Amino acid sequence: MNLGLDDAERAFQIDVREFIDAHWPEGAREVGGAMAHPPGRRSVAEQHWYDALCARGWSVPNWPVAHGGTGWTPTQHYIWDRETTRAECPVMSAFGARMLAPVIYAWGSTAQQAKFLPPIREARVQWCQGYSEPGAGSDLASLRTRAVRDGDHYVVNGAKTWTTEAHVADWMFCLVRTNTTTERRQQGISFLLIDMASPGIEVHPILLLGDQHSVNSVTLTDVRVPVANLIGEENHGWTYAKGLLTHERTGIAGIATSQVRLGKLKQMAACEQDGALAEDAVFQRKLQEVEIELMALEMTELRTLATVQEGGAPGPESSILKIKGTELRQRIADLQIEALGYYGLPYPDDLLLGNEGPVGPDGALDSLRRMLYGRAASILGGSNEIQKNIIAKAVLGF
Amino acid sequence: MDFSFSDEQSMLKDSVERFIQNDYGFEQRQKVAALDAGFSAENWKTFAELGWLGVPFAEADGGFGGGAVDTMLLAEQFGKGLVVEPYVPTVLLAGGFLKVAGSAEQKHKYLTGIIDGSVQGAFAFAEPQGRFNFADLTTTAEAAGDGYTLNGYKAVVINGPAADLLVISARTSGGQRDTEGVSLFLVDASAEGISRRDYPTVDALRASEITLENVKLTADALIGELGGGLPIIDEVVDGAILAIGAEAVGSMEVLYKDTVEYCKTREQFGQPIGKFQVLQHRMVDMFMEYEQAKSLMYMAAMRLDEGYGDEAAKAVSAFKVQVGKSGRFVGQNAVQLHGGMGMTEELNIGHYFKRLTMIDTMFGNVDHHLKRFGSL
Ligand SMILES: Cc1cc2nc3c(=O)[nH]c(=O)nc-3n(C[C@H](O)[C@H](O)[C@H](O)COP(=O)(O)OP(=O)(O)OC[C@H]3O[C@@H](n4cnc5c(N)ncnc54)[C@H](O)[C@@H]3O)c2cc1C
Repeated sequence: MNLGLDDAERAFQIDVREFIDAHWPEGAREVGGAMAHPPGRRSVAEQHWYDALCARGWSVPNWPVAHGGTGWTPTQHYIWDRETTRAECPVMSAFGARMLAPVIYAWGSTAQQAKFLPPIREARVQWCQGYSEPGAGSDLASLRTRAVRDGDHYVVNGAKTWTTEAHVADWMFCLVRTNTTTERRQQGISFLLIDMASPGIEVHPILLLGDQHSVNSVTLTDVRVPVANLIGEENHGWTYAKGLLTHERTGIAGIATSQVRLGKLKQMAACEQDGALAEDAVFQRKLQEVEIELMALEMTELRTLATVQEGGAPGPESSILKIKGTELRQRIADLQIEALGYYGLPYPDDLLLGNEGPVGPDGALDSLRRMLYGRAASILGGSNEIQKNIIAKAVLGF
Repeated sequence: MDFSFSDEQSMLKDSVERFIQNDYGFEQRQKVAALDAGFSAENWKTFAELGWLGVPFAEADGGFGGGAVDTMLLAEQFGKGLVVEPYVPTVLLAGGFLKVAGSAEQKHKYLTGIIDGSVQGAFAFAEPQGRFNFADLTTTAEAAGDGYTLNGYKAVVINGPAADLLVISARTSGGQRDTEGVSLFLVDASAEGISRRDYPTVDALRASEITLENVKLTADALIGELGGGLPIIDEVVDGAILAIGAEAVGSMEVLYKDTVEYCKTREQFGQPIGKFQVLQHRMVDMFMEYEQAKSLMYMAAMRLDEGYGDEAAKAVSAFKVQVGKSGRFVGQNAVQLHGGMGMTEELNIGHYFKRLTMIDTMFGNVDHHLKRFGSL
């Protein structure tokens, strides 16, 4: 065992840093931030970053090489994540690149792979995830959106909710019920790819705490979906969807992002006027506790990655990353508000009066938004309670 | 020891409770909060008519002669309704300074207006560099002729936009953080040299950044002794902390009860989610946090009514620590147990969570009051 980088890895790190400096220079960083904007809503600098990634073959490092992945070692992935997060590079939208693609390359037909993978790899298309319904949240298998076969189409009727980015998405991957008479509810579910431009789809915004519209409700009325857009076999969608959720969970942990945020918070506490926070032993201690927990989680993540590299899929351990990762993100966001003192209160949002822009130190409003919206992290992608159920069952054997 | 309320106190509690139930449902509250002013002038008139604006003031000054327990009862109900009308800044802060340190002339001049609802007030104390330290002041008041000249900057002044009367803390001597040399001034908000930038806060209140540029004050603007403002601030603010803490207790009550109700009706996996024991235990914890906060609320109110001193201040800090911790736990878990619904702007839950977040920061957060508790 050793933790250091060898010569080849160090050379790779330099390569990555040079690539970032060339294509996401300091000047661009204020413009984009670490957001995943859909095509058409990107700044010039952001679009340039995606183009450069594609040209270099680095847009989807975690995919199999045959589909455009990089074949990197876990250490290389780790280096890539840390370096791009530190530089706040734009990230590929997770819905296509991290969540759907693994399903398509594992279970999609050759024709589906040829049609759907390249636009995701090239960041040309925005996907959204149509799983949750008003009556089906944690208990996803109780979903009721119906798809009925009619010739070489499915006719889909139902309602999805909490659908992130549905209002800007080109496509939705969707779980639908194709059989209502199975013994286990999981058995009658299919995995459909639906063009958001199809007639019969309506998207309505849902406003959430600290958010400026990213989540929607989606109604589907007699939406016709070609049978060619069914992934794998009819009624087997649950298996594919479950495989996908473990990928989602590792993504939500956001360890590298937490490290960056903690770093910024420490910096802020250190250079605050009058040094009240820098001298505040209680606050410093809280920062140190978070830092240690993050170190532990980073090592847990690396251990998970090593297992994956040896051929395993991320298993129930991904639930640890999800629970601890989101808890730490939320703690850091809370500490940020503590650090801001009274400037953690202003909320000059366009929802209310007064739109003169933020008051207080740079980024105060973003911190507040992040703290509020960040409460969702322990709810979505399988709530933290559900993750604990998974660990209890799959790891502890209850 | 006696934990019962007097008849007057029970009547006051009932009248506020009725108002919240009949006229301040969540939808109405949201409409009021969205008004340009951030609160309803009509409601304010009702508060005056019902005598609520005079609760803490002596009968001789036109008030109701109430004490800390009375404000506590009123504020707890306000917290249940997430009331946005500026009771704390106007009555307990601006009014509180007059009550605690105002001269007979000053009381005469302003209290009638506060009690009849025609005058709005605010306390401008925070500065960008000062965190929660009331003595950390760069705003100065220099003697000029037989008055003073104010210069400086005040941050996040709650009710700044509506205030007619500002109480402003400024340094009249000593170094930036000295406990001596802090003075308090009653300032007409429309005085020359005052400029404001208004904005909403996270819990839909209204606040201002206030710049003071050569604001000329006459000698009678000084409230309390020159340079002796800090103990007055402590006393007045401790009264206000009791009130916002009581609001938090009211908010926590709504949150834990609404969460229990929700978990009894929301079904997943073929049963109400409240059947899952892990969620039951979480709600039991929420309930216990609420009860613990409520206990310290009573303690703080009773200590304050015994007369202001270290005992009372210590009880108030203990209460504020508990409110910060309990409020965070109850608020976060109410959101969590409501799932996606808890995150929506449409449901009341998130708005209580935001109010509790605000209360935790206001007048010093948990860490600040832990330290103060230890030092008293
Ligand atoms: C910001 C945001 C974005 C989202 N984006 C998407 C998206 O793009 N696509 C999509 O399909 N969905 C999305 N979701 C939905 C998300 O997946 C669901 O909110 C989540 O699955 C929880 O479901 P629910 O909201 O219905 O809560 P519920 O399932 O009703 O849960 C309520 C509470 O009960 C608890 N609970 C439920 N069952 C159990 C149990 N068995 N044991 C213990 N506790 C339990 C939960 O942990 C939670 O605390 C998003 C949600 C949010 C908040």
